[in-house]
Amino acid sequence: MAYIAMATGFILILIGLFGALTNRNILRMIVAFTVADTGVNMVIVAIGYMHGRTAPILDVAVSAAEAAARIIDPVPQALVLTAIVIGVGVTALMLAYTYKLYEKKRTLDIAQFTELKW
Amino acid sequence: MVKSFSVLVLLLGIGAMFAALLLGYVPDSELNQTARYYADKTASETGAANIVAAIVVTYRGLDTLGEVTVLFLSAAIVGLVLASGHQQGKMRHAQPPSGELLVIGVRLLVPLILLLGVYVFINGHLTPGGGFQGGAILASAMLLLLLGDPLRTFSHKLIAIVESISGLVFVGMGILGIFYAGGFLDNRVLPLGTLGEVFSAGAIPIIYSFVGLKVGAEFSSMLANLSGTEEL
Repeated sequence: MAYIAMATGFILILIGLFGALTNRNILRMIVAFTVADTGVNMVIVAIGYMHGRTAPILDVAVSAAEAAARIIDPVPQALVLTAIVIGVGVTALMLAYTYKLYEKKRTLDIAQFTELKW
Repeated sequence: MVKSFSVLVLLLGIGAMFAALLLGYVPDSELNQTARYYADKTASETGAANIVAAIVVTYRGLDTLGEVTVLFLSAAIVGLVLASGHQQGKMRHAQPPSGELLVIGVRLLVPLILLLGVYVFINGHLTPGGGFQGGAILASAMLLLLLGDPLRTFSHKLIAIVESISGLVFVGMGILGIFYAGGFLDNRVLPLGTLGEVFSAGAIPIIYSFVGLKVGAEFSSMLANLSGTEEL
């Protein structure tokens, strides 16, 4: 199970990188980046998974005393929680800058933006 | 041609590295030391049933404060970038009215979605969920409102007030922790209560609720700014 999730995550990263490197349209590049972002999150969550264990939440089924033997690793989940939220912020920033770029040049083709090219 | 070839070579290289990682991966059969500490000590030290929430709000609370700050910065920069240069409140193109179905659906669903968001962040220390998830749900209600009526404008003042107050409460609870408990963002400023009840886990529900409001306000301001842009 963890292998499937991890392989899917790696494949998503590769798809995202492929999209970001081959597309010329900035909006498509942003979508590709978010796909890669999702892939990274999936890989991190998959690393924390352990077979036969349950979610890191204590209740009647998992008492505090036996938690260490029954739950999966909570740290990657906390990490991904952070990563998802920051990902949204970064995506919003990229979209805002894209709007500004379009306002300036009336195009979204990355090849038209030559200011930083040498 | 050369370009797509080099992209393929690069991706093949990265893919080979990923494959090596995947093939060499052996799942842990025991929790590592950090995770074991959290699993053993969360209930007695923080009183939170959701260990992830305890890590996010208390053990790594400083990181969460930084994260909320990053989110605030990106919301502020989105506002700054999109607002500079064009007049606010200019006449926008009149659009055809939204369909009956969407308008009624918005009226029905928005209160329910807001309720769900509040539920998710108030129970963040007990169930899967918490401030960030709840805040995102709140913002999705705003998105639905915008879909129903694209010309709707939100009060930026209200959003700013909600956001500032939540940020102040978060930092204020953290500072109270220095004086009345073990350190900055220690949740034991309030009684820990019984494990599994809503009023338990000290300051975690309060901090997480305000994180939820703050995240909701930030996402809403991003949405409002992005929807406020004119068609080019």
